[in-house]
Amino acid sequence: MIASFSRMLAVTVKELRQLRRDRLTYAMIVGIPVMQLLLFGYAINLDVRHLPAAVVDQAHTHNSRELVADLAQSQVFDFRYRLTTPTAITGLLRAGDISAALVIPADFERRLALGDKPPLQLVVDGSDQVVQAAARQVASLPLHRMLTPAAAASPPSAISVVSYYNPEREAALNTVPGLIGVILTMTMVMFTAIALVRERERGNLEFLITTPLSPLELTIGKVLPFVVIGLVQTTLVLLLGYWIFSVPVRGSLLDLYVASLVFIVASLALGVLISTLVKSQFQAMQGAVFIFLPQILLSGFMFPFNGMPKLAQWLAEALPLTHFVRLVRGIMLRGAGFGDLWLELAALALFSVGAMTLATLRFRKRLD
Amino acid sequence: MPAADIAIMTHGLTRRFGTLTAVDHLDLSVRRGEVYGFLGPNGCGKSTTIRMLCGLLLPSEGSIRVLGLDVPRQAEALKRRIGYMTQKFSLYDDLSVAENLAFVAQVYGFRSVAARARIAALMDIYRLGELRRQMAGTMSGGQKQRLALAAAVLNEPELLFLDEPTSAVDPQSRREFWDSLFALADAGTTLLVSTHYMDEAERCHRLAILERGRMMVEGSPAALMNALPGRVLQVECDAPRQAQRALEGLAGVRSCAQIGASLRVLTDAEEALRRIEQALTDAGIDARIAPATPNLEDVFVAATGAPAGKAA
Repeated sequence: MIASFSRMLAVTVKELRQLRRDRLTYAMIVGIPVMQLLLFGYAINLDVRHLPAAVVDQAHTHNSRELVADLAQSQVFDFRYRLTTPTAITGLLRAGDISAALVIPADFERRLALGDKPPLQLVVDGSDQVVQAAARQVASLPLHRMLTPAAAASPPSAISVVSYYNPEREAALNTVPGLIGVILTMTMVMFTAIALVRERERGNLEFLITTPLSPLELTIGKVLPFVVIGLVQTTLVLLLGYWIFSVPVRGSLLDLYVASLVFIVASLALGVLISTLVKSQFQAMQGAVFIFLPQILLSGFMFPFNGMPKLAQWLAEALPLTHFVRLVRGIMLRGAGFGDLWLELAALALFSVGAMTLATLRFRKRLD
Repeated sequence: MPAADIAIMTHGLTRRFGTLTAVDHLDLSVRRGEVYGFLGPNGCGKSTTIRMLCGLLLPSEGSIRVLGLDVPRQAEALKRRIGYMTQKFSLYDDLSVAENLAFVAQVYGFRSVAARARIAALMDIYRLGELRRQMAGTMSGGQKQRLALAAAVLNEPELLFLDEPTSAVDPQSRREFWDSLFALADAGTTLLVSTHYMDEAERCHRLAILERGRMMVEGSPAALMNALPGRVLQVECDAPRQAQRALEGLAGVRSCAQIGASLRVLTDAEEALRRIEQALTDAGIDARIAPATPNLEDVFVAATGAPAGKAA
C-alpha cells in the first residue's frame, strides 16, 4: 500500500516537472479561462441593438415621421436606407445590407383612424432568430400610445415581471457560472486524454510496463496534478468574474468547490476513458472535442434546457456538464445549498464512478 | 543442466498477429550468466520474442519460464527481477538525467538514501555525472544509450533484455557499450541481446539466428563459423563483376558477393570448387580461387539463404 502510494507520488512529481517545462500547456491553463471569460462575458449579449434597417414612408405625414423618429430612438433599428417603393427591400435583404424594413403605406392615417387593417408592416430577415425576436418585440409596442404621449401614463401592463437573482438582466451573470464548467470540461478532458496517450505514443509505456508500476498507479499519479489545475482555474474564473463582471457567489464557497471537485473528477475520468479508446494524441484531441460539443450545446449553458426536444433533454441528463451548470448557477446566483441540489451532485458523482469503472475495465496491462 | 542454472526456457513459443506468424514454435534455453544473442533481419520476431519473455505480450501458443517463474502468469513478480532496454529511447526527453533516474528509482521502491547512493554509483559507472542536469532529449545517441542502460539496471536485475541497443550510436560508443555489458555479465547478470549487426552478434557467448519467427541455427559464434569448412571461397580476378554474373545461379553456389576487388562465394559443399573453376574458364575469366575463413556473415547467409546486406 505504502509502496503503491510512493510509486504514484513518483509519477506525480515527474508529471509536475514536465508540466513546469511545457510552456504551451502552462499558457493554456491560464489562457483558456481568461480568454473564454472575456469572450463570453463581453461578446455574448442577446439584447439586440442597431440592426441595419430600411424605411419606406409612402404616407409622408407628421405622424409617420414621428413614428420613424421614435423607433430610431429606441436604438433597435438603424434606418440606413430611405426608400420610396417596397420593391427594393427584397434585394437589400438578400444581400444582407439590412435585417428589417419598415413599410408605412400611403393610407397610413386612414388605417390608423379606422383600425380595420394593420397600419404598418415590418419585413424581417427570418434567417436570424435573434432579429425575428427583436422585430416581434417592436411589433408589440402600443402604437397609439407612442403617437399620443399624453396617454402614456394610463393603463399599466397586465402582468408585472419581477426578476429574482438577476434584476438588471446582466448576461454575464448567467454566463460566468456555467463558464466554469465549460472551461473545466475543455481543459480537463483534453489534458488528461493527451497526457496519458503521450506516454504510449512516445514509447515511455514500453519501459514503464516492465517496472512494478501498475497502470492504475500511473493513471492516478498522472491525473492528480490536473485536479489542482482544475481548482486553480475555478478560482481564476471566480475572481475575474467578480472583478470584471461583479458576478457574486451567493451560496457557500465550500459547496461551490466541492461541486467543482466532483465535476473535475468526472471530467478526468472521461479523459482517462478516452485515452483507453484512442491510439494517438491527435485522436485523443478529436475525442475530447467530440465529448465537448454536445456538452456545451445541450447542457443548458448556451440554450435554454426547457426549449429542447425531449430526446435532447434525456441526452443532456447523461452529460456531467448539465448537472454542473445547474449546481453552479444554483449555488452562485440563487444561494442554494446541497440540501436543494443533492440530486444534481448525486448524478455527477454517479457519472464519475461510472466513467472510472469503465476506464479501469478498459486498461491495457500489456502491449497487445 | 539443473533447472537453477537456466535463466530462460521456452517450448513451442508462438505468436500470431492475424494471419502473420511473428514467432513460430521457438524452443529457447538460455543459461544464467550467459550473453545470448538474437541475430536476424527486422521483422524476424526478435522484439516480439523479447516482449513475450518480459510478459508484455501474451503468447498464442507455447510455454515460457523465466528465472524459474511461469510467464505470463507470474509476470508481476518477474518485473522486479528483470531489466528491459527498449529499442527506442523510452525515458523522458523533457526530464534531466538525474530526474529520470530518480523517477525510475522511486518506481522501483528505493528509499531516498538508497536511491541517492545507487544513482551516484550508476552515474559513475556510465559516466553520466557531468550530464546530470542535462535534458535527456538534448543528448547524443551514445549518451542516451548510457542513460537507458543505467535505468534498465537500476534495480540490479538478474536478467537484462536489450532490444537492438546500439542501433542509434557510433562504433566507438558501441565498443564502450559492449564493455559495459560484459562487466554486467561478469557480475552474474544474464543478458539477452537482439541485434542485426554481425560484429555485435560475434561478441555473444551463444547466438540464435532467427528468420521469419523461426530459429535457423544456434550455437557459439566460433562453433557456427567452424561448421562451414571449405565452403567459403575467395575468387581473385580482374573483372569481378563479370565473374559474379558468371557464377550467379550456378548449381552449388549459395551466394556471391563482391568484397573490394575480389568475390566471396559461399557454396553448398566443398565439391562446388571444381564447378566454379569450370564456369569461370568457360566465361573466359582468369581467376585465382582460394578457400577463405568463414565469418559470421557467411554463417548468416548459409542459415537464412538471404544476403546479409538485406538484413542490416
